This record gives sequence, C-alpha cells and structure tokens, in this order.
Amino acid sequence: MFDNLSERLNGILDRLTRRGALSEADVEAALREVRRALLEADVALDVARAFTEQVKQRAVGVDVIRSVTPGQMVVKIVHDQLVETLGASAEPIDLNAPAPVVIMMVGLQGSGKTTTTAKIAKRLTDQQKRKVLMASLDTRRPAAMEQLAVLGRQVGVETLPIVAGQTPVQIATRAQTAARLGGYDVVLLDTAGRLTLDDELMREAADVRRAAAPHEVLLVADALTGQDAVNLARAFNERLDLTGIVLTRIDGDGRGGAALSMRAVTGKPIKLIGTGEKLDAIEDFYPQRIADRILGMGDIVSLVEKAAATIDAEKAARVAEKMRKGAFDLADLREQLAQMQHMGGMTGLMAMLPGIAKIKNQLAERNLDEKVLKRQMAIIDSMTPAERRHPDILKASRKRRIAAGSGTRPEDINRLLKMHRTMADVMKAMGRTSGGAKRGPMAGLANMLGFGGSMPSPEQMAELAKKMPDGLPPGLPGAPAPPPKMPGASTLPPNFPGLPGLGPKFPSGLPGLGKKK
Amino acid sequence: MDDSATQTTETAGAEKKGWWQRLTGGLKRSSSALSAISDLVTMRRLDDAVLDEIDDALIRADLGLDTSHRIVAALSEARHKAAISPDEVKAVVAAEVEKALAPVAQPLVIDATKRPFIILVAGVNGSGKTTTIGKLAAKLRAEGRSVMLAAGDTFRAAAIEQLKIWSERSGAAFIAHKAGADAAGLVFDAVTAARQRGSDVLLIDTAGRLQNRAELMDELQKIVRVIKKIDAQAPHAVLLVLDATVGQNALSQVEIFKKAVGVTGLVMTKLDGTARGGILVALAAKFAVPVHFIGVGESIDDLSPFSARDFARAIAGLES
Repeated sequence: MFDNLSERLNGILDRLTRRGALSEADVEAALREVRRALLEADVALDVARAFTEQVKQRAVGVDVIRSVTPGQMVVKIVHDQLVETLGASAEPIDLNAPAPVVIMMVGLQGSGKTTTTAKIAKRLTDQQKRKVLMASLDTRRPAAMEQLAVLGRQVGVETLPIVAGQTPVQIATRAQTAARLGGYDVVLLDTAGRLTLDDELMREAADVRRAAAPHEVLLVADALTGQDAVNLARAFNERLDLTGIVLTRIDGDGRGGAALSMRAVTGKPIKLIGTGEKLDAIEDFYPQRIADRILGMGDIVSLVEKAAATIDAEKAARVAEKMRKGAFDLADLREQLAQMQHMGGMTGLMAMLPGIAKIKNQLAERNLDEKVLKRQMAIIDSMTPAERRHPDILKASRKRRIAAGSGTRPEDINRLLKMHRTMADVMKAMGRTSGGAKRGPMAGLANMLGFGGSMPSPEQMAELAKKMPDGLPPGLPGAPAPPPKMPGASTLPPNFPGLPGLGPKFPSGLPGLGKKK
Repeated sequence: MDDSATQTTETAGAEKKGWWQRLTGGLKRSSSALSAISDLVTMRRLDDAVLDEIDDALIRADLGLDTSHRIVAALSEARHKAAISPDEVKAVVAAEVEKALAPVAQPLVIDATKRPFIILVAGVNGSGKTTTIGKLAAKLRAEGRSVMLAAGDTFRAAAIEQLKIWSERSGAAFIAHKAGADAAGLVFDAVTAARQRGSDVLLIDTAGRLQNRAELMDELQKIVRVIKKIDAQAPHAVLLVLDATVGQNALSQVEIFKKAVGVTGLVMTKLDGTARGGILVALAAKFAVPVHFIGVGESIDDLSPFSARDFARAIAGLES
C-alpha cells in the first residue's frame, strides 16, 4: 500500500541524491513536494505540516551543509523522522498480565473489527499457544454475533455462547467468568462498531472498559481512512484510553497516510497490520521497516520472515542441495512455484522487494496475475516424471501433448523450459561460487532467495530503478514476450529472468539485499 | 527493535515531547468545533491568509489538494473587496462547492418498464453495502414496489444472515445460496427467480473487495456477464458504496470499479460521524458519476437523497 508514497518521495529525493551541493532552497523545494505527497497520501494536514517542519529544522543546518553528500543526508533525515513519527520500535500485543488477559477491540463500523478479532485469536492460538476465548458484544448490527461464531469455527477458537437480550457489559462479565472457569489465557472482546459522534455507543464502550478492565484496548482502523483519521483516533483515545492501533486493509492500494496521522495524534503504537482477507493475513507492524518501505528501501526483513515461515525448511534444504549440484529439475521448479504461490504470489512477494514499485506497475499493466503461477504448475503437472527429471527429452510432439493437457500453448512450454534452464544454470554457478560463509540449509535458503551481502544504499537502489524503467525483465515467468524493440531491455540486470519471484539471479542486479540488522 | 533505534528515541525524547504537544494542541484547536471553517471569527476581507485557511479547511474535509486549490482559486478571482463575516465566507465556500456537486446530484430512477429492475451493489470491504441495500429495500418497499434481495456476498461470515434480517425488516423477498457458494451462480438464480415472481426491483449484494485485487474484480465482472446472459440490458444500475471516512483512495476505487463494471451511481455512507466526505467533490470533478444517496444513520430510514446544497453547506460548516 505504501508504494505510491515511496514512489513520490523517491521521485523528489532522487533529484537531491544526484546533486552535489544542497541549498536551503533545495530543501524547501523538496519539502514542499514531501508535504504534497503526504497530503495526497491522506496524512492529516497538521501532521504533514509538523512533519515537514521538523525535517526542515533538521535539514537546513550545519550537518547538511558540511556533509559530503547532502542529498543522502536529507533522505536519512526524512527517513528518521518517519520512523520517529511511526514509533521507534515494534510493539506487539502485550499478554503480560494475570490470565485471563482481556483484549478489547474497538473501532468504527466497517473497519474490520470482527475479522481482525478472529485473526488475532488465531495468531495467539497458533503462534503463541494460548487458549483463547472470543466474545461479541455487538448487540446492534444484524448477525454480528453469528459472524464471530462462524469465524471462530473457521479458525478453531472458542466463542462465548450467544445469550439473547444481554447488555454488552453483561456479556463481557460473562466472558471473563467463563474464561476463568475454563482456564483460558486470553479473552477477546469484539465491541459494536460505532461512529465517533455517537455518544451513547461511546459510553457503552467506556462502560465495558471499566467493567472488564482490559489489558489491551486496540483501535481497529482502516488504512484507507482520509483526513478524519485524526478525529477518530483522538476521539477513541480520549474516551477509551487506547493501548494500541491495528491497521486493516493495508493490502489495498491506498497510500496509508492514516498510519502516520493516528500514531502522531494519539502517541499510541500501531501494533498489527491486516494484510489480506485470509484469516492468517495479519502481521506485526515494524515502523522501521515501513519507513524503509516508504523510502523505497524495501521490506527485506518481512520477506525473509515470511519466507522462513512458509517455506518448508526440509524441502528448501533439498532444493538447495540440488541447486549446488546443478541437478535442479522441473519437479523442483514446481515446488518453488507452489511455495511462491503460498507466500502471496508474485504481487505479494514483489511488494516487499526494494525499488520494485515500478516493475509491479508494469506487471499490473501487463495483466500478469497469479494465474501465471498456476498455469506453469499445470504445465509441469502434465509431464511424466521422466520428462520432469530430463526436460531435454521434450520434443515437439511431447510439447503438444503437454500443451493440450495443461490448456496452454507450446510457446508457453518453451518459455517455461527456458526459464528453468536459466535458473538451473545460475543455481549451478551459485553453488560453485557461493562457498565461503555458511553451508547449512538456511544458507541455501538465503541464497535461493537471493540474500547475502550488505544493504543497498539508496543510490544503488536508484541505480537499479534506472536500469529497469522501460520493460519487464525479459524472462519473467509467464510474462508475455517483450515487444521486439525494447529500449531498456539490454540494460536490465542480466540475471533477473531467473526470478520466479525468488530470483536466484537477482543479486547480480541488486548488489546484495542485505541480511539487514 | 535494536540498540541504535532505542537510543535515537531516548535522545530525541525531550525534543519530541515539544513537538507532540504542539501538534496535539494544534489539532485540538482545528477540530474542537466540527464545522470546517469555524476559526474564522473576525470580520475580514478574503485576503491570502483567509484563502489559505479556507484551503486548509477543505483539505481537512478530504477534498484533496487539487480540488481545494481549484475552489480557492475560484474564490480569489471573485475577490470580495469589503470585509465579510465568517458566515458570509462560509456561504461563499458553500456556493463554490455546490457548483461542483450540483451536476452529480441525481436521484436513482427506477425504470418501471424494466422488470425486474436489477441493481448491483459493489464496494470495498466494510463500506456499508449490505446495510445500504437494507435501507434501499425499505425505501423501495415504502414506494409500493415489490423487492427481492440477493445475498451475493457468499464470502464474509454471516453476511447472508445479515441481509436476511434486512429482508425481514423491509418486507422484501430474499434469495441465498449457502456460504462459500459461487456468487455468479447465486446471481443467475436470483435473476431467474425475480423474473418468475415478477419482482419490480432486484437488489444484488456482493462481497466487499479491494479494487486492486484483480482476481476479485474478475469475479465481479463475471457476475455482470451472468446477469447479461439473462437480460442483456441489465444490470440497470451499478451502485458503488463509499465510506465517508475514505480519503484519496476513493479516486482509485471509483476509477477501477467504473472500468470493471460500469458504475452508474455512488452512495456515500456513514456521514453521521465526524468525516465530511469531501472526496465526493473531487470525484464529481474527475468522474462526473451521479451521487444518489447518503447514509446518515443506523436505522432503516436513514438513507437520504443526495442534495448538493446541503452537502456543500455541511462541508463549509453551515447549518443547512
């Protein structure tokens, strides 16, 4: 979601990065653009103002004038300021209290409270092995309580039985009693959605807060919220003394300025972000990373973490070993494709890579959707085991059969084979040269993902972005063949084609996506 | 997260506090009153300082930078020489906003020759589609039409139950498949059933979807294709439901939904909160899609026809 903002700031700061000296006028001009970008990203007016003012005070000063690369300095100052505004470090949900720990969810109607409640319940159950009870206090919206019960069944978390006619406070009390008797660790209270002006509902929520004495009071808010974000965050914080914020719909294409606004006006940390419709699509919020991402430095840490959680370590080790030996066959490629799909497919994956916003837009333009992965897997599925092991035996008639079997055309099969060959070659090469450091399965995984080396500097990122302005890397899986004359194609990082997302070749174009901190 | 980060916070602590206080102080001032242009208390000319304040107020109401600048530019052209009161300033702003909105303030016209008149309702998650359908059904029923509701949101837990309750409240017929079923299949059945029963209006609910999710937009297009199989002219109206709190992302929502399924009208919900929904002004300028209704409350009657004048006056902070 933050792509647009990072594009904007990249565009503005690129100019500064390339210039030697930096005058006060330069800073002024850049900051006007920063302010504009922030407002277009729905950052609240006063927050945007305070933000740019702060950056200006830091930027127009001795350290900038004296520093060797002033543009770099401004990038750093904007970055630091973003991190500071978003909160310096990640703050996960705090369960450090006597059980049952009560977590109360509040928010406007339609912000995604109920879904978020279920997501948090699932996360606490699966990842932290807590015994969780959910209770809906929404006595207003038709079928709200049923919705939570259904979600509870889907994620395998208990919900408090519905008793008609009880008030929210009564339900909350009953939930706590049930949790105490049932030996639950955590009780999640999903309250009714409300409008900021609705005094009665606010009072009701305040009553619940008093009666249930929750350890966490989380405001669930839509990342697409406009200028009103400040009003709603302040209103909820004043009435209910929040302990944190959960931002939903961060997978939309909104620019997410609401994150900055709400953090700034309440001073309360953003604890979690909702990243999709599936019930495991919720992640910790790392201000540092989001600030990096806003500046186009990529969200490498999340990517590695996501990969580590999704990819079966054993399979990865096996593939890595094969890679090293140069025996990477189509069955292995299929496994990789499947894992990619699991990690959120091309778009999900690419969103996390630095400097990738441009490519992503090109992908969108070319309608490269997730189907490509499926289609490629279908092709491999239509082969015999022997063909998967020895793709060389695939001649025209076999290709026609496979095309018919997978509902594709022989060209698609050729493209897949070419991609596989390039990948296999690079992997072989990497297997030979990557020696040195570690050789464990994780090192293999890291290599596969194309990590190793140090963080790229913004200049390097800009360099990379410059290299791929005009077209898709030619070999990107399943992308329509590039038009014959593509000006930028020859300057593309030569190895990018291997990237069925996980680009073993990516490193060559990207001087080392660091293991980062 | 790591040591250096913690240090930064500590050293910046004192400085930061000052900034917070200034910021929150400023924010309190700007919104303690709900109207947008309430700080203009003295008699003044429409000089640059006042125009800047108006610009800020419009940005705060989500009109966006460009729209706000354009309105302010229009105001400055017609510069008022004499000193005018705050209320007059607001009236001038309201008039300018109204000018932008008037062309899109159009009622939803149900063409009685088309039976059933098929209305598809779409929008991002949580914008208020199901509730809007419930209220709209009640309105149409009150006009004496027979209405059928189709529970096309087969994804969200309990969405079907929610719509069913609305159908009971409004006295509309109701058709649903089980949760998780194919929405297009349900829609086919719904159109067929509405024809057989001779319903005047068929309202089709759909699952909320973010507009940047290509596969979900495909699914919505499929629903439209299925409707067209039965009635080539249908859907006769495609309503996009927008949440008043939404910011500049509404531009993307309208653009993509319009491109995908030909949105014919907008409904803005939740205008009873603090959000002013100024993005409608930007939308009117950019897409000129009619705005039919606004949702102003939780009860069944709280769906009002969109009035450019009232809306503009609310944005400017005038009592209507």
